[in-house]
Amino acid sequence: MHLPISDKIELNILHQNSHQAEKNKVKFNNYNLLCLNIMSSPGAGKTRLLEITLEDLSTEFQSAVLEGDMTTNLDAARLEKLNIPVVPITTGRACHLDANMVSGGLKLLEKKINPHILDILLVENVGNLVCPAEFEIGEHFKVALLSITEGEDKPLKYPIMFREADLILITKVDLLPHLNFDINELKSNISSTNPKADVIEISSITKSGFDLWQKWISKKILKFKK
Amino acid sequence: MHEVDMTKCLILSMEEWAEKKNKEKIIVEKINLKIGEFTCVEPISLINTFNAAVLGSWLDSSEITIETIPFEGKCSKCNRSYFPKKENGYKSPCCNFNLEEIISGRELKIASIDFKEK
Repeated sequence: MHLPISDKIELNILHQNSHQAEKNKVKFNNYNLLCLNIMSSPGAGKTRLLEITLEDLSTEFQSAVLEGDMTTNLDAARLEKLNIPVVPITTGRACHLDANMVSGGLKLLEKKINPHILDILLVENVGNLVCPAEFEIGEHFKVALLSITEGEDKPLKYPIMFREADLILITKVDLLPHLNFDINELKSNISSTNPKADVIEISSITKSGFDLWQKWISKKILKFKK
Repeated sequence: MHEVDMTKCLILSMEEWAEKKNKEKIIVEKINLKIGEFTCVEPISLINTFNAAVLGSWLDSSEITIETIPFEGKCSKCNRSYFPKKENGYKSPCCNFNLEEIISGRELKIASIDFKEK
């Protein structure tokens, strides 16, 4: 037996995932396809948001969706009704999408459609505030939803999700008159955790805020395609 | 649950590292990790998951050590470093400014690997 040797490698634990995420991003870039990673807790309104958004975007842009779900294809079935390409990714027991899953989803999408004709790929992550933001998938931007029924303190309790997000959508704001909820406190908690994030208040019932969200997306697509 | 996926990534990285070292001729004694406080990792869960995942494998006798890296921010007004607290909305205690710059705490690293040649 020899004496122990210490090999200082300073390697990211998630290096394998990051490496695949980089490959995904190269593919998205080659397709000239903007990719958004949509994240939130379960029930914050991701699928409903996508239903409305995809319909609104359809006049101007070509979209597709990778739909992450732990055990069912229920959300994918809802979005397929909009006649856009949707690939369900069932994660099984995994509580987030990772870069390999998205790579697999992209391969299935390539069989359905030529991604060169697409402008935007919306990836709906698994409903979970704890870890999805820690696993890169090759996205260009992260969008986090937070519904007002979840409470003002969530950005402080799940700071990584809200720190990593480029845009935070405060959803279900039509419920404000019915709840004892302080939206200014929520906004202050968002600013404390992530002063650089864009913030939009939105309601899928009244459609308030959707104009700003659509503008945000359009701006990102047009800038990306330049 | 995400510790399972982190462990998978860790084992894949170890496999990649070992291929360069001639895996058959080495015994890994310790895998020394640096985990920041501002990550979603619970160190004890990562250790338990790793121990369960490597049972019967070439890493069966390897031990994980974790150095916790403190969560430290920098006040964007006065440039002082501070330890952000949830209770204070992560704001700087000196100037009550929002957390703009994170100095440390986001680490998820394999710092070093202690091994012996057979």
